[in-house]
Amino acid sequence: MTKSTVLLLSLLLAASAGLSLCLGSFPTPPLEVLGALTAPQNSDITFIIWELRLPRIALAILVGAALAMAGAILQSIVRNPLASPDVIGITSGAALAAVLFLALLSTHFSLHWLPFAAMLGALISALLVISLSWKNGINPSRLVLVGIGLAAATGAGTTLLIVISDDAAAMTAYVWLTGSLYAAQWKDVEGILPWLLVPVPICLAFARHADAMALGDSVAEGLGVPILRSRMILLACSVALAGAAVAFAGGLSFVGLIAPHLAARLVGRNMARLVPASALVGALIVLYADLLGRVAFLPKDLPAGIFVAGIGAPFFVYLLHRTRRQR
Amino acid sequence: MSPPVTDLSDQQPRLTGKALSAGYETRPVLKGVDIAIAQGKLTVLLGPNGSGKSTLLKTLARTLKPSAGHVYLDGKDIHHSNTRDVAKRLGILPQGPIAPEGLTVKQLVGMGRFPHQTLWRQNTKQDAEAIREAMAYTNVTEFADRNVDALSGGQRQRCWIAMVLAQKTDLILLDEPTTFLDLKVQVDLLELLSRLAHEHGRTLLLVLHDLNLAAAYADHLVMMCDGRIVTSGPPSEIFTAANLKRVFDLEARVLHDPESGSPVCVPRKQPASGLAPIQ
Repeated sequence: MTKSTVLLLSLLLAASAGLSLCLGSFPTPPLEVLGALTAPQNSDITFIIWELRLPRIALAILVGAALAMAGAILQSIVRNPLASPDVIGITSGAALAAVLFLALLSTHFSLHWLPFAAMLGALISALLVISLSWKNGINPSRLVLVGIGLAAATGAGTTLLIVISDDAAAMTAYVWLTGSLYAAQWKDVEGILPWLLVPVPICLAFARHADAMALGDSVAEGLGVPILRSRMILLACSVALAGAAVAFAGGLSFVGLIAPHLAARLVGRNMARLVPASALVGALIVLYADLLGRVAFLPKDLPAGIFVAGIGAPFFVYLLHRTRRQR
Repeated sequence: MSPPVTDLSDQQPRLTGKALSAGYETRPVLKGVDIAIAQGKLTVLLGPNGSGKSTLLKTLARTLKPSAGHVYLDGKDIHHSNTRDVAKRLGILPQGPIAPEGLTVKQLVGMGRFPHQTLWRQNTKQDAEAIREAMAYTNVTEFADRNVDALSGGQRQRCWIAMVLAQKTDLILLDEPTTFLDLKVQVDLLELLSRLAHEHGRTLLLVLHDLNLAAAYADHLVMMCDGRIVTSGPPSEIFTAANLKRVFDLEARVLHDPESGSPVCVPRKQPASGLAPIQ
């Protein structure tokens, strides 16, 4: 049943990508899209499909998948359903670094370096959260609390920077913070790809460890899980995935929180299934959020982050409400 | 299950603790404890709250590092052994484990196979057989596809025990496996656990709270107070009014069950006038 769920999600994603290819400020009939895909010509349609829509769709899928997997891993290793890369400060660290770059360094360096700045920010904040919550190893609840605190602090820093920087930089920073796939190019897709290709096999290899740790530290220890090492490796995978997504698409919040929950409803909490299912659900969410942003308010092209948050925020409240009722 | 073994009592203990001191943060709990767990027996750690019985069990299980002393499993320091190798020989069930939402009984029991599996070798015939046996032995086969969190307390505890059994270890340590369960359920669990020792040659170490159940089911009792072992031996020898007074500060008479001969304690009621102030 779960295998067919994953297959179904894959088919849905493929169909959605196809739909997304046809829609835009210049709607294209499916047959023409197919023609441009199979036999590219030196035409406007070929350009629109190959250079504008296809890389953007590919980036949306990769970013959504990365954020969702980062969230799925994080939620399982800290045993907290409310954990996600944006809740525990990884995303906000990346955002602060990115805004810092836009406000202070963008006159000296090309914007191509922005992803690296964001990735560095994600890494630094992850290291900060881990070292500040360290106490004979990683204590999951301390990790979440310290992360929330750090997210608040870096958020304040980001706001301060936007307020004091000039209008143009502030505007760019603002759009980046919302999370946008506008003007995505093939080189972005190539840039993010290694950040998925490395962590995904590693975290699948450690899926059993994550399942065991979900039973609690002492049970996992009794089963022979090297807890500290496994948790560090999985955490590193989560940071790499989240950092990469944020670096290439900005502060798309809530995908990392919602997608794993939706996926868990479909396939259960078994990590070997949850990770691929989350990736597909996350990809679908970002793909549709971006499609809405592209076509719903034509001729305006709105950041996908608006739509993700629009659905994500109420879902977060619902989740909090449900956890409260359980107690 | 392994073939029935009649007596292992002359065998060398495989799990021993030497001069163990351990505790949390700045509060020392264990103060130089020496212990050897008798092979093929059901040993029960008994003592008042805060006496260090759970701390001792956790230290022996390697989940807690001692501040001084060593735990040896088959002659090797357990805290410096490969944790997966240890998990093939020693299974533990901590106090009050919580299964994640949506986990099925079969998945939980299957987790017991973790130390025997590698990335390339999963769900082998041996795994399936161990899981089937463990579920059958603990009577949870009929719930196999139900969610653990939807079961009753006693059923849930049987599932956790099945998980430890699927691990196929000769040594099994359980921290208060019967707490918060109905008396009947506690008795059923202890019957199951003592059969493991007596019919299948497993070595069990339990922390229990109930004095009479401990006296009825233990082959060997270890009484602890204030981080030290006060006395140990078979219940018939050490489950006495004097020891209960010494260890628990409990005024009680010890009677003997006419059928089994095992000792039973009955608290002495205070005379109405001499009510002790509530602490």
